[in-house]
Amino acid sequence: MTSRWPIWLILGLTLTFLIGPFLIIILAGMSAGNSLAFPPDGLSLKWYAKVFTIESFRASFGLSLFLAVFGTLAALIIGIPAAYALNRYDIPGAETIKTAVAAPIIVPGIIVGLALLRYLVVPLDVTIFMALFVAHTALVLPYAVRVVSSSLQNLRSDMEEAAVLLGCTRLQAFTKVVLPNIKGGVLAAFILGFVTSFNEVPVSLFLSGPGVRTMPIDMLSYMEITYDPSVAALSALLAFLCVAIVFTAEKFLGFSRYV
Amino acid sequence: MSDAFVSLQDLTLAYGDTVAVPSLNLDIREGELIALLGPSGCGKTTTMRAIAGLMAVQSGRIEIAGRDVTRVPANKRGIGLVFQSYALFPHLTAFENAAFGLRLNRTAQADLVRRTTEALDTVGLGHLSSRRPAEMSGGQQQRLALARSLVMQPKVLLLDEPLSNLDARLRLEMRTELQRLQRETGITMVFVTHDQSEALALADRVVLMRDGVIEQIGTADALYNTPESAFAADFMGFENIFEIENATLKAASGRLPLGFSTDAPCLGWRPGDVHLGDGPFEARVISVAFAGRHREYVLASQLGPIRVDVDIAAPAHGVDAPVRFALPQATARPLRVS
Ligand SMILES: Nc1ncnc2c1ncn2[C@@H]1O[C@H](COP(=O)(O)OP(=O)(O)OP(=O)(O)O)[C@@H](O)[C@H]1O
Ligand SMILES: [Mg+2]
Repeated sequence: MTSRWPIWLILGLTLTFLIGPFLIIILAGMSAGNSLAFPPDGLSLKWYAKVFTIESFRASFGLSLFLAVFGTLAALIIGIPAAYALNRYDIPGAETIKTAVAAPIIVPGIIVGLALLRYLVVPLDVTIFMALFVAHTALVLPYAVRVVSSSLQNLRSDMEEAAVLLGCTRLQAFTKVVLPNIKGGVLAAFILGFVTSFNEVPVSLFLSGPGVRTMPIDMLSYMEITYDPSVAALSALLAFLCVAIVFTAEKFLGFSRYV
Repeated sequence: MSDAFVSLQDLTLAYGDTVAVPSLNLDIREGELIALLGPSGCGKTTTMRAIAGLMAVQSGRIEIAGRDVTRVPANKRGIGLVFQSYALFPHLTAFENAAFGLRLNRTAQADLVRRTTEALDTVGLGHLSSRRPAEMSGGQQQRLALARSLVMQPKVLLLDEPLSNLDARLRLEMRTELQRLQRETGITMVFVTHDQSEALALADRVVLMRDGVIEQIGTADALYNTPESAFAADFMGFENIFEIENATLKAASGRLPLGFSTDAPCLGWRPGDVHLGDGPFEARVISVAFAGRHREYVLASQLGPIRVDVDIAAPAHGVDAPVRFALPQATARPLRVS
């Protein structure tokens, strides 16, 4: 069995690179000293406590949470009917539409951000907040369409016809038969969208103004001024939040089936 | 026809540019049990879908109970359809599947439970009411699909191969059950099948279709005993069919004298009607199979392969044995060429 050692080495390295940074951040945030360093300078939980007292973090966390929840919901409201139409009807240029929908994932975020700033915020006087909302919705939309599409593909269309013959309107057939059968996919899309939106940096970088900053951007600017371990503590807390969400989803829905 | 309950008039149905059914005319009386019979791809499902309103009609008219429903949406026609693929709702239990239509029109709970339970019992699924479709066998799913339609007491019930997934015993049971249901409820039923014995056993009238066109309509007796075309005869078990010209039998390998005169362009014989033992034609036995009351022979002759059933009491011939046979005038069925 000695020949197995390369496998163990690769596995070990992979885990180190995946989990290592996470552990370093957790520990760096537990420092008793005043600057961000690893290994930590003594151990304490004071930076974890301090995170909750910083006013701007609270505001930016609120904004990020709002964008992640409502941006994703908006993306689903547009994305589910879009995915349905793309799957069920013979739409001319369906392939082109699918590609266009995926554009926000393919085009670098910096370009999307710049474009929104230059052609939406500046000339049209749209508030930064609105621009952020639009940007996050657009960013999440591709995931919504893709994930929902893949669960729709597994659903036969004659079920809807059966529902119609039992008295449903087309809309009722959708809400009573299609939706319950793709709800796993919808929830998976929501979680994926939530995490994507919450962690989004490049687009949001361009769309920030006085008092309107998403969480990651706020952390960046905080670090430019104050180089203390509270950012590490906050990062660790956010990472825990995301992991907790994904784990819960996996446990209850078998989330990974859909992505 | 004035007594038609379902009337299809010059119905043309197409998928894009491909016409699946060109100009179909069919009148179905109230309470009638009609079988749509025909080979795969002949347009049976297409016709059903048009009656149900799931398929746009390219031209022509559909009337139900004297009312033109050609443009009435599917959910307002009051027609039940049991799909070839069942189309059950996977997220609901058998009970909720069956109760779906009643819930939708807000039937009172007590009534809903009674009617749903009744329908499930009728198809023999009462004990499985809390199962989901994925936890049921193919035949059980098929019966559930039937129950789901029955609950709604539709004016017309369309069944697309309702018995195809059942084993022989269940098939017979469900056949009887369908007939009983139809008698008791008086529902007008149209069922699709490509099994001729099923069509003949169940239906008041059989509609034989071919490439979207009705080849022949008639009672089981009429179709079985007096098929009009070579196609219909072939479907009804006339396995020896020959074209006739000037009292000679036409075959790939040549012509042989028929031995009697006829006006028919084509004649057909069932395997049981061919006479084996003596006669004008020479042949050789290719295969013999035991089939209970009789033996099934395949002969090689100048007319091509001939299928003959002979009573088990008659002396047997082995493979390769030279035999003689006759195609009697008395049992010849005159046919249209098709
Ligand atoms: N969705 C479709 N698009 C294009 N052509 C179709 C479609 N569905 C059926 N057809 C064609 O229409 C014709 C009739 O099909 P239909 O499904 O009515 O046959 P069927 O008699 O029900 O056959 P089976 O016994 O195999 O179910 C066939 O030639 C088929 O290829
Ligand atoms: Mg069919």
